[in-house]
Amino acid sequence: MKFLAAHRRSPLFAPSLLTIALVSVGGAYAVVSSSQTAQAADAGQVAIDEGNKLYLTGCSSCHGMQAQGTTNGPTLLGVGAASVHFQVATGRMPLAAPGAQAMAKDPQYTADETAQLAAYVASLAPGPAIPTAEQLDYEDADIAEGGVLFRVNCAQCHQAAGQGGALTQGKYAPSLMEATPQELYEAMVSGPQSMPVFSNGTLPVEEKQAIIAYVSELQDAPNPGGLSLGRLGPVTEGLFLWTAVFAALIGAAVWIGIKAR
Amino acid sequence: MSEASTIEKAGGGVATYVDQRVGSNKFLARNLGKVFPDHWSFMLGEIALYSFIVVLITGTFLTFFYKPSMIEVVYDGSYVPLKGILMSEAYASSLDISFDIRGGLLIRQMHHWAALIFIAAMAVHMFRVFFTGAFRKPREFNWLIGVVLVTLGLIAGFSGYSLPDDLLSGTGLQITRGIAQAVPIIGTWATFLIFDGQFPGNDFISRLYSVHILLVPGLILALVTVHLMLVWTQKHTQFPGPGRTNENVVGYPLMPVYMAKAGGFFFIVFGIIALIGGLVTINPIWIFGPFMPDQVSAGSQPDWYMGFLDGALRMMPNWETNLFDWWTISWNILIPAVIVPGILFTGLALYPFIEAWVTGDKKEHHLLDRPRNNPTRTGFGVMAITFYGLLWIGGGNDIIATSFDLTINSITWFLRIAIFVIPPIMFVVTRRICLGLQRRDRDKLLHGYESGRILRLPHGEFIEVHEPISIKDKAVIMSKTDITPLPAPERRDAAGVRNKRFHLQNVQHKLSGFFYAENIAKPSAAEIEAAEHHLAHEVALEAPLHAYEDADQIDTFHGGVLHHPGMPQTNAEQMAERTQH
Repeated sequence: MKFLAAHRRSPLFAPSLLTIALVSVGGAYAVVSSSQTAQAADAGQVAIDEGNKLYLTGCSSCHGMQAQGTTNGPTLLGVGAASVHFQVATGRMPLAAPGAQAMAKDPQYTADETAQLAAYVASLAPGPAIPTAEQLDYEDADIAEGGVLFRVNCAQCHQAAGQGGALTQGKYAPSLMEATPQELYEAMVSGPQSMPVFSNGTLPVEEKQAIIAYVSELQDAPNPGGLSLGRLGPVTEGLFLWTAVFAALIGAAVWIGIKAR
Repeated sequence: MSEASTIEKAGGGVATYVDQRVGSNKFLARNLGKVFPDHWSFMLGEIALYSFIVVLITGTFLTFFYKPSMIEVVYDGSYVPLKGILMSEAYASSLDISFDIRGGLLIRQMHHWAALIFIAAMAVHMFRVFFTGAFRKPREFNWLIGVVLVTLGLIAGFSGYSLPDDLLSGTGLQITRGIAQAVPIIGTWATFLIFDGQFPGNDFISRLYSVHILLVPGLILALVTVHLMLVWTQKHTQFPGPGRTNENVVGYPLMPVYMAKAGGFFFIVFGIIALIGGLVTINPIWIFGPFMPDQVSAGSQPDWYMGFLDGALRMMPNWETNLFDWWTISWNILIPAVIVPGILFTGLALYPFIEAWVTGDKKEHHLLDRPRNNPTRTGFGVMAITFYGLLWIGGGNDIIATSFDLTINSITWFLRIAIFVIPPIMFVVTRRICLGLQRRDRDKLLHGYESGRILRLPHGEFIEVHEPISIKDKAVIMSKTDITPLPAPERRDAAGVRNKRFHLQNVQHKLSGFFYAENIAKPSAAEIEAAEHHLAHEVALEAPLHAYEDADQIDTFHGGVLHHPGMPQTNAEQMAERTQH
């Protein structure tokens, strides 16, 4: 302390102290700030790396080590994050068993893992991205217009009430009654399985939102006529008629017939 | 009855007043006491009648609000998901009935359900008439009227299904147009005539409306009247039973028994229709949306009664012939939609005449056949129902595929083969079951029924005691008339003259053998007498046991433990007690 006490009146003391303070603060800042950007860059890379690991264990046996596709599964180059999220989040992938079509089931990956897989596949080649919250906001969409678009574009496979329908050779268009807005959007942009792709050229974002609004309306719609019978049309109506209604009518006839004996 | 009450006096006064002006008392006196036989299956036709009345009442309500017009309007009703959409006035008014007219949806649903019940009840009623041979002389004309009524029911139903002009009904009309076009030569021009030019045109809904609310219901009403008048004048058939013959009618008078029964049943049917009309959705047109020729929904089906036609279309292979490069015959539509239903309905209409010719039966029949006693007819009926049922499955192939995880292609191929294989199998199986039941009837008559009691005779033999069947059962079984097949015709008669009708008579002889040769003959009077003697012997063997049982009431139950009710006893105690007696 003698040294400091001896030189504190020196003209160089203040500038040198300032220099030391500035250098230490600046250096500390530089160290801290650079490590933050590195962390952000690392997070993206980590997700891709984690996704790659998940991919190699869970998906590569069918889709190939570089997602180039094999005889058992198509290439994933260019399918985009939207497709991966749709297939994995609805449980369609990984496939339970080979068949006519991948069936929806309980998802096998957590939401984080699904995002990592999507990030990995999206990093390989550009493709449709997971829709943003803005794209999924259908609050202002026109439900009636969505209904028209739904009947023109969707009803021939998914049925007018969105209950799904049969396609050839055991394939089918699934029911839309459990689908979330995000899944609906992703299905439209990625065209899973037998479904065609509805790009923004065919169906602009606003029209997609209108369709999502209409499907949500169908999902929540009450049944003003009473029991809906699955909204499957005349087949279930006929079944109800020939079982429940005729049981009641013939039962009444038998009852009245017995009364006379 | 000593004093007439006030009500009776008032009623008598009104009756006298009316009678003095229209002469009604004589008519009522003659008809109110008319006797009708009783059986629950005789009420199936009533279901059809009552549901038709409900259809008429609810239909009248709907005409007040429905607008049969194809003019395009912008919807501005209270169903939000269709607000601002361009649609036909017919569809818009159907939506208004469903959402904006008080009670409209209830009435619309009741109308639709009642229409489905009407046609289904006619079908079930027809099964009863067919399987019991109620169509035989003198009721062939009434059978024909019934077949026409079913056909009119289909037209009434389908025209009503098409009126709301929603996506589903428009799709049905597209298919109808395709069927009309497939009719050779006139098809294209007939379509232009019906639709006034190209489909869907501007006039079709209003034309269909006239057919639906005027022409077809008018015809149905007229024919139902004739149908019932014939039942009235020819008397109702009855099932065999004690005291029932071809010459009498055993039952209850119209007034008061059948008035009460039929009136009560009307309200039950009305009530059931109102209940399901209020509780169960039918044809939610607001979900299907307005009809546009460029749109279609998966799972588009007609109502149940047209399902067989749709199924036939769906399972037919895509066959087509192009003659001389200018004339196309669409077998893929012509066969399933025109020829198959044509054969089905022609066969249905002609069946009473075919059977009468085959059997050479010219007698009047007022006593019904039990289905087992005419195995070939019953077999034909089951075969036709199976055929129809398979077509039905075809009509719902897509719903079946998605519901049961099947492929639509394998369902179609299954049906293409099954439609030829399963109905004949069902014919043979049904016929065999009927013949088996005939054998059992004969057995019951000769050996009584198995009482389930095993008796040990003093010399150690075990026998099962048979008891004679009741008088009622006996009368029912004995009602069977044994029909002998027609004899083989001669090529030349005794004088050596050639029989010109030999080939026709030979066909008749063979068919008659096919119908009746295998029937099990009723036992003769001598056989029955011998059997009664034998049964009496068995009953006599058991008599001491009965005497013992009667002397001391012992209740038995499974396991053979005997005890008095309310007094549990050990086996030893019971045995001791039994030896005391």
